[in-house]
Amino acid sequence: MTADRNDSTDSGAYIARNRQWHPAALTPEYKTSVLRSPQRALLSLDSTISEMTGPVFGHDMITELDNDLIQNFASPGNSAIGQRIIVHGRVLDEQGRGVPDALVEVWQANAGGRYRHAKETYLATIDPNFGGCGRMLTDQDGRYRFRTIHPGAYPWPNGANDWRPAHIHFSIFGQGFAQRLITQMYFEGDPLIPLCPIANGIHDQRAIKRLIAPLDMSNNIPMDARAWKFDIVLRGRHSTMFENRREGDG
Amino acid sequence: MTFPLNRHFGAQSLEGLPESPSQTAGPYVHIGCTPNVAGIEGVFERDLGSGSLFHQDVEGERIVIIGRVLDGADAPLTDALVEIWQADSAGHYSEGTVSRATAAIDRSPHDPCGFGRCATDSVTGEFRFDTIKPGTVPYPDGRWQAPHITFWIVARGINIGLHTRMYFADEGDANERDPLLNRIEHIKRRQTLISSTDEGAHRFDIRLQGDAETVFLDI
Repeated sequence: MTADRNDSTDSGAYIARNRQWHPAALTPEYKTSVLRSPQRALLSLDSTISEMTGPVFGHDMITELDNDLIQNFASPGNSAIGQRIIVHGRVLDEQGRGVPDALVEVWQANAGGRYRHAKETYLATIDPNFGGCGRMLTDQDGRYRFRTIHPGAYPWPNGANDWRPAHIHFSIFGQGFAQRLITQMYFEGDPLIPLCPIANGIHDQRAIKRLIAPLDMSNNIPMDARAWKFDIVLRGRHSTMFENRREGDG
Repeated sequence: MTFPLNRHFGAQSLEGLPESPSQTAGPYVHIGCTPNVAGIEGVFERDLGSGSLFHQDVEGERIVIIGRVLDGADAPLTDALVEIWQADSAGHYSEGTVSRATAAIDRSPHDPCGFGRCATDSVTGEFRFDTIKPGTVPYPDGRWQAPHITFWIVARGINIGLHTRMYFADEGDANERDPLLNRIEHIKRRQTLISSTDEGAHRFDIRLQGDAETVFLDI
């Protein structure tokens, strides 16, 4: 099996990232990027087997409460404080196909805008029943779903009065390491989004919009939780009808 | 991704969805990716990608990789997350299921792996991986690539995850012929992708800026 895959040329390299669509490495309004942004040009080349492959995760690594942030850190009989929400959507590739078995990891602040972390200094109260992490694998159509509380907005040390819009962090593994992606989901209608130096590191407004989840009333759980829909698109692959391969070589 | 060309006469549409734009992993990436390291215990049994990358009975030369991610002021990042992906000693990438994908103790020798994830130390900024030395794998044109490990780095202040590779200092001949290393125009910069020896371990420091800035890949 493994040998076959290594020798295989029946699926092409990943489509190059459009670097104008993503935030630039250096976005001075987000001050930490100043010393942490590579300054030389990236070396651009087609992905090789080392990036076209990646770890494949099994559903047996996921336990029942992994996608329930309301319960997965709560003591028995308790649950996290906050507005109960469902976040759901699909992981797709650039051709619009669902990506099955994609590992989606999420983390977020509590309802007051505070993270459970040793380096967190915001004065909002820790919720003893909220850890802030969850994970799930997509189904055969690329669908995922988790339950949590609506995260709070919070101030952060960047500008003197900068506030992060409410957001949930997402880490996604597709089928190849070339697809690795970490991003953030924002909530439709949040007036802090246009003021955020991190969201605005993305220069194309259409791209920012791709990170804003709409309220999805039709998927609410009535008398319980509102739903927000968030689709994620990973890099797709070229077809390999004409493989760029030197003739005469093995 | 559809490029915004100005098509004066119109044309068929290039259907497709643009990739979701990246956003920084932020200062608390460890809450989501290594919660046990972040002190959030009991949610996941173990952190994904922790422990040795291969079961102790898997064939291959056992190696340790250590390093740091250094910013433009030469300070180590104490809040970064480093992921690696590699072939086994025969040059095969795993494609089976990484069941629980965690510590070696309950991993069968037949379990495929080669994925590791490490939070950089909150004080020293050091990361460490216990693994085996990978074999050679082919380049798309049929040539061989020198043994290497794929790296991906995210952190607060990094707007889009950084891809790079570590090659081995003791593979001089293979490195000389490696197709990717040979694509690096400035020969001196090739050295930024090659490990050094540090008391039996392979040291791989990643520099985000400066004269010795690591070569990062758009791959």
